[in-house]
Amino acid sequence: MTLAAVACAVWILGWWMNVRLANGASSDAIAIKILIPAIFGLTIVIVWELMVRGFEINPVILPAPSDVIERLGVSGATLWADFRQTILKGALVGYLLGAAAAFVVAIIADRSDFLTRGILPVGSFMAALPIVGTAPIFVKWLGSDWESKAAVVGVMVFFPILVNAVAGLKDTNAMQRDLMRTYAAGYWATLFKLRLPSAMPFVFNGLKIGTTLALIGAIVAEFFGSPTVGMGFRISTSFGQLALDMVWAEIVVAAIAGSAFYGLMVMIEKWVTFWHPSQR
Amino acid sequence: MRSIIPVMTIVAGILLLWLLAVIPMNMHLVADQAQRDDRVVTPDTPAARQDLGGITLALRNPGLVADTYSLTRPRLPAPQQVAVEMYDTIIDKRITSKRSLVYHGWVTLAPTLLGFAIGTGLGILLAVGIVYSRVMDRSVMPWAIVSQTIPILALAPMIIVVLGSMGIQGLFPKSLIAAYLSFFPVVVGMVKGLRSPDAMQLDLLRTYNASKSQGFWKLRLPASTPYLFASLKIGISASLVGTIVAELPTGARAGFGARMLVGDQYGQPLVSWAALFAAALTAAALVGLFGMIERITLKRMGMQAS
Repeated sequence: MTLAAVACAVWILGWWMNVRLANGASSDAIAIKILIPAIFGLTIVIVWELMVRGFEINPVILPAPSDVIERLGVSGATLWADFRQTILKGALVGYLLGAAAAFVVAIIADRSDFLTRGILPVGSFMAALPIVGTAPIFVKWLGSDWESKAAVVGVMVFFPILVNAVAGLKDTNAMQRDLMRTYAAGYWATLFKLRLPSAMPFVFNGLKIGTTLALIGAIVAEFFGSPTVGMGFRISTSFGQLALDMVWAEIVVAAIAGSAFYGLMVMIEKWVTFWHPSQR
Repeated sequence: MRSIIPVMTIVAGILLLWLLAVIPMNMHLVADQAQRDDRVVTPDTPAARQDLGGITLALRNPGLVADTYSLTRPRLPAPQQVAVEMYDTIIDKRITSKRSLVYHGWVTLAPTLLGFAIGTGLGILLAVGIVYSRVMDRSVMPWAIVSQTIPILALAPMIIVVLGSMGIQGLFPKSLIAAYLSFFPVVVGMVKGLRSPDAMQLDLLRTYNASKSQGFWKLRLPASTPYLFASLKIGISASLVGTIVAELPTGARAGFGARMLVGDQYGQPLVSWAALFAAALTAAALVGLFGMIERITLKRMGMQAS
């Protein structure tokens, strides 16, 4: 019970610090903006640890954060192999293929107004469907190694990126297009110098949505058959052995990889669309 | 309305591609079967056929092409086969039958709707908290974004099993996954929507001497409606995906996810494909329903639906 009381005290202390920081004079400083969520996260982890120890929760249901951290250190090599199989091979290859295909189709569709009007509704319709349900089919067709995961990921990220790219390529106004015409710019010059750059904010929107989908697709597809390596494989087998600390270690790796992937996209977006109002 | 013909063209194009793909995908199966039936197949050993691609094999055995569309266990079923299977299991079967997709659809739909309602309610509450409390904005919002990079969907089956071991079964565990997935789009959309009134509008309310709660009910909440509907449409399809994935490897006996898995494990691809398309139809119907409610609501509020 004392540990639970300590947990409550920690929670109140963390919240009080955040209230002071958020309403303080320098709350708009970048350091404070990072510090506040950091304190919040740390508070939750400490409270979690104390609660698990205090109420002696069975580690089969919820392991303590310290067990998870220990597991991260002990099984580093396994986690790295899983990361390489699932993220670097399955998710990344599929993501790149899906994005490239979406881009090519968008540019082809953009050449005719007829195709654009057809592809936009069909694409946004497809993006809302449970595409991850195709995972068992792809595993059957392409075998259980990373190729089938890449295919699932490719199809999943294709439609959001396609819809955004097609919408983005439409996003120039008549004045800008007229200006290009007065420069006597042809189709390709207009495409590369005006329309592709102005489509980029939209395209990155799709690319950012795709990062999460890629991770989900790669991991879920592994539930339907995989070699004896990979994050989805490890999650389901560790779960079978009730090694929940391993499951949580994989979650931590997935969360870090997902955030890094998303963050990378945001950085590239800032670099490419530096001219856009939202970046200034 | 003017986009009906383009959309139809695209759909027809996809169907045509599908019909063409059926031939090479199923050609090897058909050739093997034809040989067992003592028909002439070139080349005549399975090993030699393995070295050939599906298209080459089809060109050498043009007489067998028609058979690729009528296999009972195809690698890729033809569209009409899926349509027939769906007609059989949706319209021909009584809805109480274990083979009826309507029955399985309801098993999936009920937790989806419950979870969606929970997720939307909590999402709106959290969004109000974030908009009105600086502390919550600064401390919770970054973590809400990070939480989206966790592939929670990948853990759905485990969460179901853990809750099951604690004695919680049935509707609720699946709803939990559905709620989690619809939660985030609603939070982000509502925060954006509640903040969408500009300084001029807020100033106007101040000149009216409006209280904080009047500002919320009369300005911020109505202004957030279009954003809320955009989020709801994303959230409902996310909820459905969550429920289906939650059903997949947990040994669920009913629901779209269970049907997909059953078809996969017992070598009945048509069952899987019919379930997949029924799930897609359900998602489309739900999104369409919310689109309709959106149009009616915004029209009555005097706003134009986008």
